[in-house]
Amino acid sequence: MSSPQPYYVPESSKLPFAMAVTMLTMIIGASITVKPELGPLGDNSYLVLLAGFLMMWTTMFFWFSEVIKENNEGLNNPMLNNSYYYGMAWFIFSEVMFFFAFFLALGYIRMFAVPWLGGEGEKGISNILWPGFEAHWPLMVTPDQAIFPGPDKEMSLSTAYSKGGLAGVLGWIPLYNTVLLLTSSVTVHIAHIGLKNGNRKQFNLWLGITLILGYAFVALQAFEYYEAYTHMGLTLKTGVYGTTFFMLTGFHGFHVCLGAIILTIMLIRGLKGHFSHEDQFGFEAGSWYWHFVDVVWICLVAFVYVM
Amino acid sequence: MSTIVETHDDHGHHGPAKGLTRWLFTTNHKDIGTLYLWFSFLMLFIGGAMAMVIRAELFSPGLQIVQPEFFNQMTTNHGLIMVFGVIMPAFVGLANWMIPMQIGAPDMALPRLNNLSFWLLPMAFGILISTLFMPAGGPNFGWTFYAPLSTTYAPDTVTFFIFSVHVMGASSILGSINIITTILNMRAPGLTLMKMPLFVWSWLITAYLLIAVMPVLAGAVTMMLMDIHFGTSFFNAAGGGDPVLFQHIFWFFGHPEVYIMILPAFGIISHIVETFSRKPIFGYSSMVYALTSIAILSFVVWAHHMFTVGMPLAGELFFMYSTMLIAIPTGVKVFNWVATMFRGSISFETPMLFAIAFVALFTIGGFSGLMLAIVPADFQYHDTYFVVAHFHYVLVPGALFGIIAGVYYWIPKWTGYMYDETLGKLHFWLSFISVNLTFFPMHFVGLAGMPRRYPDYALQFADFNAFVSVGSFIFGVTQLLLLFIVIKAIRSGKKASGEVWEGTKEWGLEWTLESPPPYHSFTVQPEVK
Repeated sequence: MSSPQPYYVPESSKLPFAMAVTMLTMIIGASITVKPELGPLGDNSYLVLLAGFLMMWTTMFFWFSEVIKENNEGLNNPMLNNSYYYGMAWFIFSEVMFFFAFFLALGYIRMFAVPWLGGEGEKGISNILWPGFEAHWPLMVTPDQAIFPGPDKEMSLSTAYSKGGLAGVLGWIPLYNTVLLLTSSVTVHIAHIGLKNGNRKQFNLWLGITLILGYAFVALQAFEYYEAYTHMGLTLKTGVYGTTFFMLTGFHGFHVCLGAIILTIMLIRGLKGHFSHEDQFGFEAGSWYWHFVDVVWICLVAFVYVM
Repeated sequence: MSTIVETHDDHGHHGPAKGLTRWLFTTNHKDIGTLYLWFSFLMLFIGGAMAMVIRAELFSPGLQIVQPEFFNQMTTNHGLIMVFGVIMPAFVGLANWMIPMQIGAPDMALPRLNNLSFWLLPMAFGILISTLFMPAGGPNFGWTFYAPLSTTYAPDTVTFFIFSVHVMGASSILGSINIITTILNMRAPGLTLMKMPLFVWSWLITAYLLIAVMPVLAGAVTMMLMDIHFGTSFFNAAGGGDPVLFQHIFWFFGHPEVYIMILPAFGIISHIVETFSRKPIFGYSSMVYALTSIAILSFVVWAHHMFTVGMPLAGELFFMYSTMLIAIPTGVKVFNWVATMFRGSISFETPMLFAIAFVALFTIGGFSGLMLAIVPADFQYHDTYFVVAHFHYVLVPGALFGIIAGVYYWIPKWTGYMYDETLGKLHFWLSFISVNLTFFPMHFVGLAGMPRRYPDYALQFADFNAFVSVGSFIFGVTQLLLLFIVIKAIRSGKKASGEVWEGTKEWGLEWTLESPPPYHSFTVQPEVK
């Protein structure tokens, strides 16, 4: 604390500008992929997006490599490490608010929009738009069935129970997803304890188990979507139940994939001998992220599947 | 913990690289601050040119110059560019320049991320502005892009708009993470939170607001994207959604955004008022608490933008009262500025002139905001020029004057040269007169019922609108004078001392450095008593 410590300031770097050009490529690529009329490439528009993704992975690879290299050279002091911790914590806060927007949408639709359309509540006059429309949640019959035909089946716990009793609950995919994800949060913590105690074997083993659980979650979620699309008539286009169901679970699933990729890289780094019992920011950031997607999942189960 | 700077440098030279690559690859907080400021200046002239098109069309009733479709694109892009391309980047530029110097740090906490935050902006705005030249035309649904105008009835280029907004949001979030980390982690030893300069405080709160609400905006445009291209029905009542949902989500972002665009100006004005009154700011801690209360309240007032949309009565009342509460912390700030000036030994250099104009004119904007907060009154004012007058009073003689005051105040520090005081005063008086000529009559036509966002209007509004247009042209041309003054102050002028203004050395670390400051601000962190 007493003697001045060096705070490392990189002199200049090509990587951020490369990332900005990458994002430009991705704006264009994503836009012309969803709307080919905007660009000259027609059906091949997705290639620009693909190029953007390749550029992104490449830039990120070099960027993170450089940060790791600097750390191994001993350029990072505790103060700079602190900056990384602050940065990650605030980044996760921004992600929380991103999810908050979608939960806000779900809450508004369930508490206000659908009941008002069904003639209930203070603004129930909305019912004159589609007389005879009745408000139920999950919304199986939409106000305008011709434009948004409602789903045949839905995913809620109460339906699973009322249709099949205990067996129905045991066949309910989110139950297993919850078990998988909650367990993985515990295993990643055991891995963390192993790393802190300098027990590399414990770290590698339990991080490996975490990843298996994580990828199993993703696979099961994919299976649930497959079931929804093929056997339940539940798609993005089936009105606001399908809309909110897929948006919230899909956005979460996307974040689970990100977290799993981060932790996979951390496992590779662990096997290569990176991290020490006091210097492990990369892994800790990844595990924070993993706990974060876990908490979001609990909210999802509560608001999307159960209530 | 004290800190010295260490640069990774094999050639032994310190200071900026030469040529264009300096600006493309820089990690230096001053270079990046300069980039932000020049970018926002350029955008000010582009967005301003759009305002000139609007005012030229509205000079007299009837359609003269542009078609209504193009007029809509002008109002939309004028708003988007001024909000996301001028006010916000200018404040980030000032933050980049001043925060490390004010807290005694060598640089920003995450220098490479800082570069990325800036360079995302030209990419996003390049795409956004290029849509104006595409056959389908640019965004034309107003800067608030309400569904279904921005979904069902939007031009095809809305997709470019959506992804541009994503990237602008990423830029703001990354920039804010950097600023908040710098402030929390890199303060000089002894510089406790309650000793921090108010500009740093205002940015700590602003960065928090940005990280909290920019993701919500990203969520809103993501839902638009899904509705447009993937068949969802968030904003479509036919599938059980609700277009009003869009407005709720947008304004949940939008109202904190309003404070994001004014809080850093509060910080700047506080410094200027104390410097030129030669008195420390009156009620420092109440200033901090007021900033914090404004930030907290900003999350529970959003629906006052949509009183006429058809909310339950309880909602109207809640949002009316919560909005009026904001007048209390804002009033605390205004009274504190006045109390700082009271019995001060005031001199009227250009930054102080802009600061005093800020206090007076921002307060007018605040009062018209209170009028708009009254639900039954708002039913009359909603979507009229009264609203346009209100938010231009808080954004032009508010936020923009705050930025200009900050530029005059700090430019001798940045360049080492004093700006031309005579030209500065001329710039102030022309701006002050023309800004009132532009925006004050808008109150009258608004109260009389002239709706906003139309290229044409009823004959009885003709005289006032001619005044407004003349005022706006004067204001627009006057800002070219600012460009001239800035360039002059970069190239030559009276040498500025480290202190620049009398007595500032005791008040802030930035004034203990020479002018211009060294490339890495503090190589050894100073001790703050």
